[in-house]
Amino acid sequence: MTTSNIASPAAPLLSVRHLRVQIPTRHGPLTALDDVSFDIARGEILGFVGESGAGKSITGMAVLGLLDPPAHVTAGEIIFDGQPIHGLPAAQMRRLRGRRIGAIFQDPLLSLNPLLTVGDQLTETMRTHLPMSRDEARERAIEWLRQVGIPSPAERVDAYPHQFSGGMRQRIVIALALCAEPDLVIADEPTTALDVSVQAQVLELLRTQCRERGTAVLLVTHDMGVISENADRVAVMYAGHIAETGPVDQIVNQPRHPYTRGLMGSIPPVDHDTLWLQQIDGAMPRLSARPTGCPFHPRCKHATEQCVTTRPMPHPEGVALVACWHPQQGMATAGVTGVAA
Amino acid sequence: MNTMMLTLRRWRQSDLAWSLGRSPEAWLSALVLLAYIGMALLAPVLAPQNPFDLSTLDLMDARLPPAWSEGGQLKYLLGTDGQGRDMVSVMLYGLRMSLLVGIASTLLSLVVGVTLGLIAGYAGGRLDNVIMRAADVQLSFPAILVALLIDGLSRTVLPRAVHEQLSLLIVVIAIALANWVQYARTVRSVTMIEKDKDYVNAVRLIGMGRARILFRHVLPNILSPVLVIATLSIGLAVLTEATLSFLGLGVPATSPSLGTLIRLGNEVLFSGEWWITVLPGLLLIGLVLSVNLFGDWLRDALNPRLK
Amino acid sequence: MLRFLLGRLANGAIVMVLVSMLSFALFNFIGDPVSNLVGENATVNEREAMRQSLGLDQPLPLQYLKFVGRAVQGEFGVSYRNIEPVSRVIASRLPATLELSLIAALLALGVGIPMGVYAGLHPRSLLTRSLQVISLVGISVPSFVTGIMLILLFSIYLNWLPSFGRGETVMLGVWSTGFLTVTGWKSLLMPAVTLALFQLTLFMRLTRTQMMEVLRSEYIKFARARGLRERSINYRHALRNTLIPIITVAGLQLGSMIAFSIITETVFQWPGLGLLIIQAINFGDVPVIAAYLLLIALLFVLINMVVDLLYFAVDPRLRAQR
Repeated sequence: MTTSNIASPAAPLLSVRHLRVQIPTRHGPLTALDDVSFDIARGEILGFVGESGAGKSITGMAVLGLLDPPAHVTAGEIIFDGQPIHGLPAAQMRRLRGRRIGAIFQDPLLSLNPLLTVGDQLTETMRTHLPMSRDEARERAIEWLRQVGIPSPAERVDAYPHQFSGGMRQRIVIALALCAEPDLVIADEPTTALDVSVQAQVLELLRTQCRERGTAVLLVTHDMGVISENADRVAVMYAGHIAETGPVDQIVNQPRHPYTRGLMGSIPPVDHDTLWLQQIDGAMPRLSARPTGCPFHPRCKHATEQCVTTRPMPHPEGVALVACWHPQQGMATAGVTGVAA
Repeated sequence: MNTMMLTLRRWRQSDLAWSLGRSPEAWLSALVLLAYIGMALLAPVLAPQNPFDLSTLDLMDARLPPAWSEGGQLKYLLGTDGQGRDMVSVMLYGLRMSLLVGIASTLLSLVVGVTLGLIAGYAGGRLDNVIMRAADVQLSFPAILVALLIDGLSRTVLPRAVHEQLSLLIVVIAIALANWVQYARTVRSVTMIEKDKDYVNAVRLIGMGRARILFRHVLPNILSPVLVIATLSIGLAVLTEATLSFLGLGVPATSPSLGTLIRLGNEVLFSGEWWITVLPGLLLIGLVLSVNLFGDWLRDALNPRLK
Repeated sequence: MLRFLLGRLANGAIVMVLVSMLSFALFNFIGDPVSNLVGENATVNEREAMRQSLGLDQPLPLQYLKFVGRAVQGEFGVSYRNIEPVSRVIASRLPATLELSLIAALLALGVGIPMGVYAGLHPRSLLTRSLQVISLVGISVPSFVTGIMLILLFSIYLNWLPSFGRGETVMLGVWSTGFLTVTGWKSLLMPAVTLALFQLTLFMRLTRTQMMEVLRSEYIKFARARGLRERSINYRHALRNTLIPIITVAGLQLGSMIAFSIITETVFQWPGLGLLIIQAINFGDVPVIAAYLLLIALLFVLINMVVDLLYFAVDPRLRAQR
C-alpha cells in the first residue's frame, strides 16, 4: 500500500490502485494503462501531464466509467470516497456522475447540445441531481452564469451555444460541470481548444471556483505551463505508466525521473538565456510497441540492464513517488550544458 | 509476377480481406454476385434454348408450368412463357440485358460525374458554380423521375423507327444522367481538399501540369469513396432499368430485360400463370439484394471512422 | 438566411424557366399546336381562328410568352387521347394520386421512423437485427414486384382485396374521394402499402444510422458525464438531434412519392396522375405530357422550398444567422 505523499491525514477522495485498461484487437489486447496508481485528496488539484497518447484522458474516462468500448478496465481498483466504483452497475454510476464526479471535455462547441438553450442544459443537470423546482433551477442557472463570468446572464440564459464565443462556451461547460456540486471534477484538456488569450482566464475561473467549493480537480493536459500555474501536485504519465508523482514545485524544479527532467529541460527558461534546449531523443512508443521493463529505457541516458528487464515500481524519493531505478538529483537545467544532469 | 504475389499477400493480410473473411454476408453476397455475372456472361452457352430463334419455338408448348408442377415438362425446367419460350433461357438473357444496362449506365454515370466533379473542384469559380447549381437543381427531383422523363420524352420526340434503334442507348443515357450528381459532389469536395494540400502546391511549383496533378494525386484519393458509390449505384441502376422496362419504356422489346419479362408476365397473371412474372422477379430481387449487401459491407469496411 | 432563401428561389425560378421552355418546345414543335389547342376534330374555321390567335408567324419568344401566359391560367389545350381539355383531365385524376400519396406517406413516416429510433437505441436486440435484414430486402425489391406479389396473394389466391381501380368514390365538391367508402379503402390498401414500403425501409435505415451517429457524439458523452438520465439522453437529446436532418430527407422523399406513384398506379391501374402520364407517353399525347412536365416541376420546386423553410424553423443555428 503506497503512502499518500502529502502530509494529509484524511483519507483521499479518489484512490486509484494498479489500474489497467486494455483494448482488445484482432492482434491481441493493447494495454493503454498499465498499473496506474495515484490519489487525489479532497480539494486538491492534481495535474496529469504527458504527451498525446500517454494515457491521460483514458485515466479520466476510466474513473468516470465512460471508456469508449471496446476499451475496458481489466485490473485494479478505483475507490471514490471510500467506495469502490470500478465495477459499479450503470445505473449507480450514472448517479455518481455529475453529482459526485463532474467532467469537462476539450471542445466546448462539441460538448454543448446545439439544439438546447444553455439555460435548459443547466437546469436539467441540476434538477436531475438536486431537488428543486423549475423556477428555482432557472434562478440558479442564471446565478451560475454570473459566477462563471457571462455578462447579462438573465438574458443569455435563453441563448443557444453557438451564440457564444469559445471562451464563453467553456465557462458554460465549467458551470455545467459544477452545478450539481460534485466533489471531484475531471478536466480533460480544458483549454487546449481555446485561444491562447482566453486560456489563462478560463483556467483561473476553474481554479477559483473549485477552491471556493473545495472541489478536487484531476487536471489533464499536455501543457506544463498550465500545470505549474494551477496544480497542487503533479503526476507525469509516460506510455501508460506514471513516471513520477509529487508536489508541483518539486516536479517542476527538481524532478527525479529522467523523463520528467527531459520535459522540464526542454522548456525555454524565461529568466536567462540558453545556448540550446535539451531534447529527448526518439519518440514515445505506440500502444502496440511498448518496450519491456521500464517503458522509457530506449530513450534514457541512464538506462541499465535492469531497466530493460524489470519494470520499476513507484517508490518514495523524498516527497515524490518515482518509478525509476536511477532517479536523478538536483535541478533539471535547461540549456547551457545541454546534458541531463 | 513477383509484384503480383506481393500484392496478393498484402491484400490477404489487409484489413479488407480480414473483414471479408469475418462477415458471412460479405463473401456470400460476393459469391452470389459472381454467380450472377457468370450466368449473364455465359447465357448463350448456359441457355438450353435460344429464345430469339423463332424456329425453335413451339407455340403448342406455350404457358407450361415449371417442371415440378402438374403439366410441366422436364425439358422446360421453369416452364414457358406466352410465346413458348423456355423460362430458364429467357431469364438468362433477360439477366444479361439487365446487368448490361445496369453496369453500362453506372460506368457512364461515374465517368460523367467524376469528370464534372474534378473540374468543379479544381477549377473553382464560375465553372464550379454552374456545375453545382445544375447538380442542386437536378437533386430536387428523384432520380427515377429524371430517367423516366428523359426516356419518355425521347420516345415522344423521336420518330418511332429512330427510337427503336436507339432505345438501348437512350435507356443507358437516361439512367446515367439521373445519377451523376452523387459522384460529382463527392469528387468535388475531395478535389477541393486535396488541391489545397501542401504537396500539391509543391508539385505545382516545380511545374507539374494540371492534368498530371489530377491524375496522380487527386485520383487515388477519390477511388475509395467513388468505388463505394458505384457498387451501391449498380443496384439502383438495375432497379431503375427494371422499372422503366416494366412501365413500357426502357429496353426494346426485341431484347427484353428482367423488367420486360415481369411486365409480360403481369399481363397473364390473372390466368393463373404466376411463374412467368414471379420467377424473373425473384431473380431480379436476388441480384439487387446481393449488390446491396456487398455494397453495404464495402462501405462499412472502407469507412475509416468505423475502424 | 435571407440570402440563402433567395438563392433557393433563384434555383426554383431557373427550373421553372427551363422546364417551361421544354414544355413549350414540345407543345409547339412535336405535334401540331393548333390541334393541341382546338382538338383534332375541330372545323377548318376554328383552326384558322386558333392559328390567328396563336400568332404562329410571330417571333418565337413572343409565342413562348403567350404559352406561359396560357399555362398560368390553366389552359393547356386538348388531350389527344381523351378529347377533353387537359386541365380537366388532370383535375379529375389529381385526387386519386394525392389521396394515395397521403396515406402512403403517413404509413412510411409513422412506421419507418419509430422503427428506426428503436433500432438506433437497441442496436443489438434480436428485433433490430431482423429489422435490418427485412429492411435490406425492402430496398432491394422493386415496388412493382411488391405490388404484383401482393396482388397474387390478396387478390388472386385469397380474393380479399380488389386489384385495380379505386372502388366507389364520393364527390365532395370538385374532389372525388375514396375515403368515405369501404370499397374505397379496400382498393387503397395494397397500393398504399406498395408505395410506402420502399420509403418506409429508407426512413428506417436512415433514422437508425443517424441515431447511432448522434449517440456517439461529444455532447451526448458530456450529457452522460453529467449523469443525465438515460431516457432524457435518448429522447430529449439524441432524438431531437436525429430528427432534424431526417426532416429534410423526409420532405424530399415524400415528394418523390409522387414520382413513385407512377409505378404503383400502373401496377394497380389506379386512375391517378401517374397512370395518366404513362398512358400519355405511350400514346404520344403531347399536350398532356407538356402540362405534366410543368406541373411536376412546380410541385418539386414547392416541396423543396417548404423543406428549406422547415429546416430554418427547426434548427436554431440557422435561424440566428444574420
